[in-house]
Amino acid sequence: MVLKAFFPTCCASADSGLLVGRWVPEQSSAVVLAVVHFPFIPIQVKELLAQVQQASQVGVTVLGTWCHRRQEPEESLGHFLEGLGAIFSHKPWFQLCRERGSKSWSCKATHWQGPTSHAASGEDQVMLIFYDQRKVLLSQLHPPAVLPDRQAGDTTASAGGLAAVFDTVARSEALFQSDRFDEGPVRLSHWQSEGVEASILVELAKWAAGPVCLLLACLLSLVSAASACRVFKLWPLSFIWSKLSTCEQLRHRLEQLTLIFSTRKAKNPAQLMRKANMLVSVLLDVALGLMLLSWLHRKDLIGQLADALIPVADHVAEELQHLLQWLMGAPAGLKMNRALDQVLGRFFLYHIHLWISYIHLMSPFIERILWHVGLSACLGLTVALSILSDIIALLTFHIYCFYVYGARLYCLKIHGLSSLWRLFRGKKWNVLRQRVDSCSYDLDQLFIGTLLFTILVFLLPTTALYYLVFTLLRLLVVTVQGLIHLLVDLINSLPLYSLGLRLCRPYRLAAGVKFRVLEHETGRPLRLLMQVSIACILPCSSKGLREPG
Amino acid sequence: MEDEQSFSDICGGRLALQRRCYSPSCLEFCLSCPRITLRSLTAVTCTVWLAAYGLFTLCENSMILSAAIFITLLGLLGYLHFVKIDHETLLIIDSLGIQMTSSYASGKESTTFIEMGEVKDVVINEAIYMQKVIYYLCILLKDPVEPHGISQVVPLFQGGRRQDHLCIQQKVSLGDGGILASSGRQK
Repeated sequence: MVLKAFFPTCCASADSGLLVGRWVPEQSSAVVLAVVHFPFIPIQVKELLAQVQQASQVGVTVLGTWCHRRQEPEESLGHFLEGLGAIFSHKPWFQLCRERGSKSWSCKATHWQGPTSHAASGEDQVMLIFYDQRKVLLSQLHPPAVLPDRQAGDTTASAGGLAAVFDTVARSEALFQSDRFDEGPVRLSHWQSEGVEASILVELAKWAAGPVCLLLACLLSLVSAASACRVFKLWPLSFIWSKLSTCEQLRHRLEQLTLIFSTRKAKNPAQLMRKANMLVSVLLDVALGLMLLSWLHRKDLIGQLADALIPVADHVAEELQHLLQWLMGAPAGLKMNRALDQVLGRFFLYHIHLWISYIHLMSPFIERILWHVGLSACLGLTVALSILSDIIALLTFHIYCFYVYGARLYCLKIHGLSSLWRLFRGKKWNVLRQRVDSCSYDLDQLFIGTLLFTILVFLLPTTALYYLVFTLLRLLVVTVQGLIHLLVDLINSLPLYSLGLRLCRPYRLAAGVKFRVLEHETGRPLRLLMQVSIACILPCSSKGLREPG
Repeated sequence: MEDEQSFSDICGGRLALQRRCYSPSCLEFCLSCPRITLRSLTAVTCTVWLAAYGLFTLCENSMILSAAIFITLLGLLGYLHFVKIDHETLLIIDSLGIQMTSSYASGKESTTFIEMGEVKDVVINEAIYMQKVIYYLCILLKDPVEPHGISQVVPLFQGGRRQDHLCIQQKVSLGDGGILASSGRQK
């Protein structure tokens, strides 16, 4: 198999030295992680590598030499470099060489047979693959470190192909902590050499996150314990809680906050992403809620809303009364049964009258209630929207009642009609066998049954019309509530953190790799550039590495 | 090195296939699709504008004409960016994998890389399309659960016309066979 050497792009301009990294024999590939510069003491290099190996469980060794000179290396340097091969023995021993300021690279891999059989050392073809260390480190394209159903010894063997390369780089964090400008015994060059990448805000946040999480977790557990107490499980209260969408939303938020501030760390990148998404959506929600609150208070909208509420409710009731008067007359030219019409119409009109009286009774308290409800917007926009949806449900409660009456009446009528229709045909519903059976009726049963059937049939249009009208009204209210709930769900579940990552740091959402062949000269090794290809939401774009399984 | 051979398809027409050999372990095949012709572009534009002018004479609203211009422009941009493939490249790297790149007319590139460890075989599949049988090259991927099973069939060179593939397959499968054989030693 062709030997492959994965070389970091940041070391392409580093000074001469030793190549340090990991050799993966199954893939015949050498992953170079850093370059150790001259001068160095071999014992100290070996100590550093032993430390890194212990800390990261990755077999880091010296893989070869790196030579970055103005012209071809002189003979003495050539012997010196080969002498190093004797000190750090590794099979195969790589010798990478680059002329300063030019694009020509040369690479030799020798299998060191021993000092006497130098002539018999085989030289294999090497393929150089450049990779961006920082992006590979952050792209998380390697399998998780601990698989619960396998032993630790199996994981390295099963991580095939390029995932092994990514795994090596990601686990060797310990190697990247010291660089060539440090005062230590060994000077390394890697992706952190140009300046350690860290953000003071991120570090402070990480340091402060521990105690803050602990505190908030305690508070949230207290709140959860209080809400789970027995008083709230009694029948009327539990029924009301289950019907109000505000309680549902508050419970959902409480669960989300408990998950975010739990003191257990996320086990894999997917869980971390989920936590981050939840946190960002909670923050956005609270920000929008505070904006709404400030807008409401600035224009004193609550007072205006409270003043407008009663006239609006009156107007709705008046419109309903007009509608019922219309139904009681000759709606759409249909001829209704006058007696039934009057009964139903008066029944519903009385309900509306009751409802209006109730609203007028509540009117002094409306402003206070609305003000307190407006305060709840600081818990989040979703809570405010849920409360709005609940207020709409409460204000249109009479429409809901009319719908229920109309539906019940219609349902009874339809059941009666179907049963009497069966009687008309001489059949019966057999409850035991759950099917329609024939049945011989007496004459008086048939007579009464047919009479009732006729009555119900002729009263059908009236009931059906009332049912239709109130169902449409109820549908209207349900549609409005449904739109509000849709908006609430959207805010709850939109993965804003992932979207932000896609815009700002696309390599974190890597979906695979792609290769590009760099300029090639005959006689020189083949050079490829490995780039991380990003996952995209649009339908046609880069697809990448197909992970096994 | 570029291969100077000219290839032809089943019907005898010329094919725009280029073969490049970067090294004994790296091969690249590049298939160019026919470009968008001035005739077809003019035909589509004229149709759309004539239809818009017909609507305009019915409705007397000049917004229709501006809308037609926008539709034509956006449609052309969308077609060039999402539909029209300029050329497709197959890069075979020994013991690393196979990479397929489709370049669209607007410059967008869409890449798929399949690792060599997942490739079971490269085969020529037959399919019945309308009234004839066409042949296409595809890669069979291994099933991680079942060692002798196939998890996926990935067809190659999807952007061009389907009939053009017979001669390419011979060339590619010969090239593939060499590289797959050498990487087969590791298994």
